[in-house]
Amino acid sequence: MGKTGKSELLVAALQNGTVIDHIPSDKVFDVVNLLGLTSIDNPITIGSNLSSRKMGSKGIIKIADRYFSEEECSKLSVIAPNIVLNIIRDYEVIEKKMISMPDQVRGIVKCGNPKCITNHEPMQTVFDVVDKANGTLRCRYCNKDIHKGDIKLL
Amino acid sequence: MDQTGRSLISLEGLDREDILWLLGHAAEFEANPNSKILDGKIVATLFFEPSTRTRLSFETAVNRLGGRVIGFSDAATTSSSKGETLKDTIMMVSNYADLIIMRHYLEGAARYASEVSPVPIINAGDGANQHPSQTMLDLYSMLKTQGRLDDLNIYLVGDLKYGRTVHSMLTAMRFFNPTFHFISPDELKMPEEYKEYCRIHGIKFEEHSRFDEETIADADILYMTRVQRERFTDLMEYERVKDMFILKNDMLRSAKPNLKILHPLPRVNEIAQDVDDNPMAYYFQQAKNGLYVREALICNALNLLK
Repeated sequence: MGKTGKSELLVAALQNGTVIDHIPSDKVFDVVNLLGLTSIDNPITIGSNLSSRKMGSKGIIKIADRYFSEEECSKLSVIAPNIVLNIIRDYEVIEKKMISMPDQVRGIVKCGNPKCITNHEPMQTVFDVVDKANGTLRCRYCNKDIHKGDIKLL
Repeated sequence: MDQTGRSLISLEGLDREDILWLLGHAAEFEANPNSKILDGKIVATLFFEPSTRTRLSFETAVNRLGGRVIGFSDAATTSSSKGETLKDTIMMVSNYADLIIMRHYLEGAARYASEVSPVPIINAGDGANQHPSQTMLDLYSMLKTQGRLDDLNIYLVGDLKYGRTVHSMLTAMRFFNPTFHFISPDELKMPEEYKEYCRIHGIKFEEHSRFDEETIADADILYMTRVQRERFTDLMEYERVKDMFILKNDMLRSAKPNLKILHPLPRVNEIAQDVDDNPMAYYFQQAKNGLYVREALICNALNLLK
């Protein structure tokens, strides 16, 4: 972790809170939006385009005094399944949470089918996760599949 | 049965027994198509997209059973043209009707309607997605002409890529050990996802690129669909293949005597006129069977079948 250690020096250490690590650089602001970080008052540090041995380039978000529920974490799986959430208490990582795909994804993802009812009515989208390993979602309304790379957020 | 009350959105939730039970009731309605079972009931037919054939069939079914029909046959004459949401239209109509039968140009519209509606919904087609009453009448026609649904050789011909009816048939027939034969131009081949579906469910299939007397000699059912010009990205390709998937009477010389030719209609030129007089042609009776099947589906949605 030599290299990541260096990048962590770029920002202040966290006493209590969550460090979201291994975010693909181009998804950092999707994570910010999905977790609603723009509307909370906690101190937040956002790092992007940091070098990573595993990913080449990655993003990190540190949020002080804030922890996330399983439901909030599972939302992240649709954009970046390999994100890790480090739970920090008193400067120590007390837990590393991997995120897992939920069985159903509600109100986050846009259906890619322009003729789907969800793109025409003021309604929530609902997708069943039909293939967790490959990240394939199936629209509950039009039955069309969306694959991981094609997922667009609402 | 379907998870949303008595609504019929797709056939996905039906198992072998459900299908045979509904077809059994359709046979009873065929024996006795007129009754008063829907006396006092009002059925709304909401056709956001015109479909004369399907609408007339459903409305006839309601009328023959003594119910009354309200509705529209073209969304241009309704508030949805003023920007009313589908939900609002459904909520308004459900104040008046005991059952809503709807056709919509958007995919998933019927499923959504069934989630917001206090009365059951029958899907009469939602875009390229589902059209369960068509599939049920196809199954009824096969059962009636062959005496069974099990172990049939079913040849699907024409547009297998976009054809909604052929895709629904694959799923509905998975309980009956069919052998499918797919005959289509290259551009309109059965999509990989449906072939994968067949493999997963142990449904046997063969693909053919030639449509001739020999290929279809072993068929019990020949299911023809229209090869539409607008489906082709390459119009040269359309011109090249358009006449290769036309059924002519002389192609039926080696056919099995029990063969029946089905077509969801409307037909354009994919079945030559000289086939119409062949006793194997069954597409007009098939459309008539739609009436009995829809009588059964309507009564099932209203919980009137025993």
